[in-house]
Formats: sequence, C-alpha cells, structure tokens
Amino acid sequence: MSDHEYTPKSKFGKWFNDRLPLLSLASHLTDYPTPKNLNYWWTFGGILTFCLITQIVTGLTLAMHYIAHADMAFESVEHIMRDVNYGWLIRYIHANGASMFFLAVYIHIFRSLFYGSYKSPREIIWIIGIIIYLLMMAAAFMGYVLPWGQMSFWGATVITNLFSAIPLVGEGIVTWLWGGYSVDNPTLTRFFTLHYLIPFLILGLVVLHIWALHIPGNNNPVGIDVKKPSKDTVPFHPYIVIKDGFALLMFMIVFAFFVFYAPNILGHADNYIEANPLVTPAHIVPEWYLLPFYAILRSVPDKLLGVIAMLSAILILAALPWLDTSKIRSAVFRPLYKQFYWILVADVLILGYVGAMPAEGLYLLIARVATAYYFLHFLVILPVLGLKERTLPLPLSITEPVLGGSPNIAMAKKKESKIE
Amino acid sequence: MKNILKLFSIIILLCVTSANAISAEKVEYLKTDWTFKGLFGKFDRASLQRGYQVYTEVCAACHSMKYLSYRNLSEKGGPEFSVAQAKAIAASFEVTDGPNADGEMFDRPGKLSDKFVMPYENVKAAEAANGGAYPPDMSVLVKARGGGVDYIYSLLQGYEEAPSGMILDEGVHYNKYMYGNKIKMSAPLSDGIVEYSDGTNASIEQMSKDVTTFLMWAAEPSLEARHQMGFKAILYLIILTILVYFSMKRIWSRIETEV
Amino acid sequence: MSEKKTNRRDFLFTATYAVGAVGLGATVWPMIDQMNPDASVKALASTEVDVSAVTPGKTITVLWRGKPVFIRRRTQDEITDAKEVKMEDLKDPEKDEDRAKNPEWLVMLGVCTHLGCVPLNDKGDYNGWFCPCHGSHYDTSGRIRKGPAPTNMEVPKYEFVNTNTIKIG
Repeated sequence: MSDHEYTPKSKFGKWFNDRLPLLSLASHLTDYPTPKNLNYWWTFGGILTFCLITQIVTGLTLAMHYIAHADMAFESVEHIMRDVNYGWLIRYIHANGASMFFLAVYIHIFRSLFYGSYKSPREIIWIIGIIIYLLMMAAAFMGYVLPWGQMSFWGATVITNLFSAIPLVGEGIVTWLWGGYSVDNPTLTRFFTLHYLIPFLILGLVVLHIWALHIPGNNNPVGIDVKKPSKDTVPFHPYIVIKDGFALLMFMIVFAFFVFYAPNILGHADNYIEANPLVTPAHIVPEWYLLPFYAILRSVPDKLLGVIAMLSAILILAALPWLDTSKIRSAVFRPLYKQFYWILVADVLILGYVGAMPAEGLYLLIARVATAYYFLHFLVILPVLGLKERTLPLPLSITEPVLGGSPNIAMAKKKESKIE
Repeated sequence: MKNILKLFSIIILLCVTSANAISAEKVEYLKTDWTFKGLFGKFDRASLQRGYQVYTEVCAACHSMKYLSYRNLSEKGGPEFSVAQAKAIAASFEVTDGPNADGEMFDRPGKLSDKFVMPYENVKAAEAANGGAYPPDMSVLVKARGGGVDYIYSLLQGYEEAPSGMILDEGVHYNKYMYGNKIKMSAPLSDGIVEYSDGTNASIEQMSKDVTTFLMWAAEPSLEARHQMGFKAILYLIILTILVYFSMKRIWSRIETEV
Repeated sequence: MSEKKTNRRDFLFTATYAVGAVGLGATVWPMIDQMNPDASVKALASTEVDVSAVTPGKTITVLWRGKPVFIRRRTQDEITDAKEVKMEDLKDPEKDEDRAKNPEWLVMLGVCTHLGCVPLNDKGDYNGWFCPCHGSHYDTSGRIRKGPAPTNMEVPKYEFVNTNTIKIG
C-alpha cells in the first residue's frame, strides 16, 4: 500500500533502493497501518510465524543427525536424545512445536471464523491459509513417521491406505506411494525428503498470505473497513510488534512447560517401540490435531465415502467465503451466528474427543451426529443465516462506534469521552 | 487482560481433554514416591545404583539395553558411578570386536565407549530362547508403556495366582497389571534375589522401585538437565514477559492520549 | 513530559532489549553446539594397535578419530638421515628425538598440513613422504622440507602399552 512514497535519507540507501527496494519494503512493513482495535486473538499470526521458524531451525539441526533409513532411523533418534549436544532439547522443541503450531493455527482459523476475516475482499488470504493448513497436516504426518516407531509405521500404513479407496487406480497409487509392497525404507526416505521440502513451501505461501493481507489491510473486531487511517490505525511498529511480542511470550511459557515438564504427554507411548511390520498396536490414534478429521473418516461406514467425507471437511472451508452469505463480517453484530459459531466450536471439540475413542457403540453414534452437524453448519446454516438473520447496527467507524454495539466498544466509547 | 485469561483457559482445557482422551483407559497402578517427578525432580543416586545392580543381575539375563553405553553410568545426572567404577563395570563384560588383521572377530574386555552387551545376538535368538516371546529392549521401555514408571513398578509386583476359571498355557503367567493379564515373563523378583552392598533390604517392593528408577533414567538420561533448564527458562520468560508488558503499556499510552 | 519520566521509560526499554538479547543468545547456543562432536564421538578417544608384524622399513596405516595414522618402523639409515638434518634447513624446526621418542618408531597423523590430503609413503625428494595434491615433500621424520605445507606432520599423543602394542590417544 503505497499511500506514502519512501525515500531513503542516505545517498547509498537511495542508490540501493532504486535497484532493489528492500528499504521501501522494510519501511512499508514498519509503517503498515494496522487497525488499532485489534485484540489478542489477532496476535496468532505473529505466533504462527514464530512456530514456523522454530520448526525450520530445529528441523534443520535435527536433520544433521537423523538417518533416514528403516534400520537406523529409530536408533539415530535415540542418538540425538542421548549423545548429541542439546539433542534432547532440540528434538522435544521440534516434537512439541508441531502441537503448538497446530494449537496456534486452530486459534487463528477460529478467530477468522468468528470475525468473518475470510469475507470479501480477503478470500485469497483465506484460501492461501487453507492450503498452508493442508501442507501443515502433510508435513506433520510425515514428520511423525520419521522416528520409525510403531505409531509412525502404522500411521503411515493407515493414512497411505486411504488412497486405496480410489476406484480402479487406488491400489496402484498406494504401491507407488510406498515404493514397494508395504511401508518400508523407500517410503521413509521419500517422506523425509517431502517433510524437509514442505516447510519451505509453507514459508513461500506465508509470504503470499501476508502480501495478500497487506492489500486490503487487516480485518478487525468490529469488522468494518478503516475509514480514516490517521484515526483508525496505528503503525505496525512499534504498536503491534510489542503487542504480538507480549502475546508470543505468553505462548512461549506454555510451550516451554510442555518441552521441559511434559515432553511426551502429547505423543503416544507406542512410538517409543521400534516399528514392527508384524504387530499392530492396540489403538491406532493420530496426533491430537488430526483427531476431528479422523473421527469424520471413521463415522462413515463406507471406505471411499469416508475418505471423501474427511477431505470434504477440509476443502469445504475453501468455499466458505461464498457459503457465508452475510455481508456483515464480525460475529459481534450477528447474534444468531455467534451462537452457531460456539456450537461449531463444541462440535469440533466433540469430534476430536470421539476421534481418540474406539469407533464403536455410543462413540460412533456421537461421531456420526457431530459429522452431520459439521456439514450442516457450512452447507445449510451459514447460507440461510446470512439471508434471514437480523443483525445489530454497525458502528460508523472503528473509532466512533455507535452505542449498543458490543460492551467492549461501549467501554471504549466511555474512555474516549473521558479523554475528550 | 480478560481476553488473555479466556484464551489460556481454553488452551489448558484443550490440553487436558486431549491428554485425557489419549490415556482413556486407566488401571489403578500401585503408587510410590518418585523423587524425579515435579519441577525440581532429581534421581535418587543410591536408588539408581541399586537399580543398576538389579538390572545387571536379574533383567539383563534376557533384556537388552542397546542404546546405553558404559560411559553413561558415570555421566552427570545418572547413577554417577565414579569413572573407575564404570571402567571396572565395563571391563567385566566381554565385548566382541574386530575384525583383526587376520579378518577374525575377537573378544576383549569392555571399554567405557562400548554399548551395553546384549544377552542375545538378535531378536530371533531372543525369541527362540524365550518360548517365542521377545523380551523387549529396556532402553526406552518406560516411555514405551502408557502407564510409564507406575506401570513397570506395578507389573513387577503384580504376579498373583490366576483367578479360578482362567486357563493359562504352558509358560504363561498371571499378572494383575499386564494388558490382558497374561505375561510370558515369570516373576523376575523374589525377596533377597540380589544383595545390596549398601545394606538396603532387598524386598520385592524395594527392588521394583530401584530398578524402575534406573529404567526411567535409562529412558530419559537428560531428565535432570531438562528440569533444571526448564525452571530457568520459564523464570526467564516470566521476567521478560513482565518487562514487555510494561513496555507495551508505555508505548500504547502514547496513542490513548492522542485520540 | 517530565525529564524523570523519559529516563524511566528509557530504562524500561533498555532493560527489555537487554533481557531479550540475553534470551536470544541463550537460545542460539544449543543450535550451534549441536554441531560440535557429540558424547559418543568424544568417548572414542583412544585406539590400540598391534605392531608386532611391522618389520623395519614398513609402514602401517591405522584409523584413529577418522584420520589415518602412519606407524613406521624406521631403518637405521632413515634414523641417521633424520638426526643429521640441521635445524636451520627446516621450515618448522623440530628435533627428530622430539618426534620419535623411540627412534625406531615414528607415529604421526598421515595428514598433509597443507590442505589435509594423505601423503604417499617412500616418495619425494627426502625419501620420506610426498603429498600428491600440491607437492609437499616430507623427510624420514615427517618434517616438511619442500612445498606449500606450513608445518611438520602432527605427532599424536601415544604410548607403548607393551613392546608390541601402541595406544594412540
């Protein structure tokens, strides 16, 4: 957004900037006008950037010691844990970092759902985000295979077998994915290659995600456009930087707690048993962040339809900007949507819970109801709600909200009048 | 501030539900006080040394511990035998080395850099010698079992007469805490099976506790370093968070007054 | 804004930056240190070599810490040659007695001090070693005589455990 032209002060700076406008970019990033009413739910973009960089740095260092071979992978992980200087620390950061990454991304996504950040003109930001999320799942899944424990092996077997549901070519695709007739060394080495590649693809997409964000600018809790930049926004640096920094530190405390005091609680004990193609563990459970989709997969009694349901559950999100017919962005002014939003949150949590339980009896029934509701929410409730819902009056601008909006805004108003 | 509280309560809720979801089916394990639990948890050295004795004299007959080296026994945060003691322990084992100049393998006394000698050449040999059941490697055993130390501790004391009506095959034993209650390992411990040099009474309970402590260290040799670093890291983060909080208030106060 | 208030603000920001920088440094260190030799590598410090089969004029090469070690049983002529060299003729002056405590045995790292290639035995202008990479000539004591290498081949720490066994490291 070039609402101001930047000219470097020094002669060399100008010479350089004319050839490669890095200084203009830096200036744009520091001065980037950000709505000043952003709340803490908006700090997760920064937190996610931190997560990605942490995963890349710790991943690179782990790759210096890890051996991608079926006979040596498990042992090399133990070597990292026991002998490599600070190896245990780096591995625990990387392993728990994946969970923290997903925790943050779920908050980020649900923030977007609540405040309607996916709506016009931000559809492309949202769709890039969905692609990033898909790549994250692929990276996380393949990363989980690398230690070559029992869960690695059987997780890889089960997930790759999903492709066998495809009619006619399914079996061929699975054999091609494996590079053999079962999950084995060729599978491991290719998963390692892709696990190494994907984070850099994500990094590229993050650049696009931010670029696309900087065209219309941030959405904000009241969901209306910036009217007067001088009044409604603050420069990114130092205001947002310090606020993001504060939230990031709070996040890091939680992160550190897991790394130092409960490093294995989010993992599965079976993954400390070396992969054995002859014995399947009693319960195959994916990592917690994939459980809702796993529940959807299992709730459908047909193999192909189950896979389709699971994929649709993710892909349906890409169509969200058009499924949601409401012109009002923020749930603050959509009393009915707000209630359905929280029902959806509960629905996803329930799906996650039953995903960890055996697929039988009551759990299966709950999973089916929750799956049906999940699709109902996106395919029926959202389109209809947008047309029928009576929304609350929108404020005139970010700084001059009408009374009777959200209590937060009323409070902000009170504060302002005091200052005036 | 209210938002942050809400946020963190949701995070904690999420973690608790997922943790519960994962460890859903719990058996009531025997409990004891583990010195290595908690923010400042450390291993009980004497217990680790006794545990090592139980391991070598009892478990090691069948169970390997292939990721450990004799040097680990004298490293910080472990049983902390003296280097001389660790060397003597290593030298008491015959290690196959080679090939020598004639292309032949030969035996020599163990060195600190050697890995723990395995009771069997390979998994197949171990199975053949144990009625088809592979005695699992113990290097990370504690982390590889859902109940962790409590499970191992209970299992070692869980041998009982099979309830009437349960038919056990030849070479299968009843254990209260084993998954499915049937275990191929016969009760490994009996009162006084080892003689502790420090005079501790070698009861089954005591030996179970010692050897489980030893296994915990074997699986997680960096536990003490982790706890110490964790405390410092979190304390540091809290201090920095407070500083950043006040800096943030200071910076944002410019805006509030300008509006 | 009063003077005092400005100072306090400066102090707060400085403290925040300083504490933050310390943390960043402390976080970077493990990422750097992980590339240093690990505990299992450090533990493999010494190796024992049986030299009973080495006759005068022969060299055996053994691997120690991933590098070749030359163990040469020198002939009387070679010892005499090595001892007669004048110190002023040497680029890196070192007495033969200091390099081979037992004159019959020369133990040294078979690594050219120029850029790390392995020199060839019984070659070169001084009947010692010759490095094929960039043409460094070493004498019968492994000392640099001609060519680009700056120093003599390194003598590692070693000892005779008994007459037939050398322990390197």
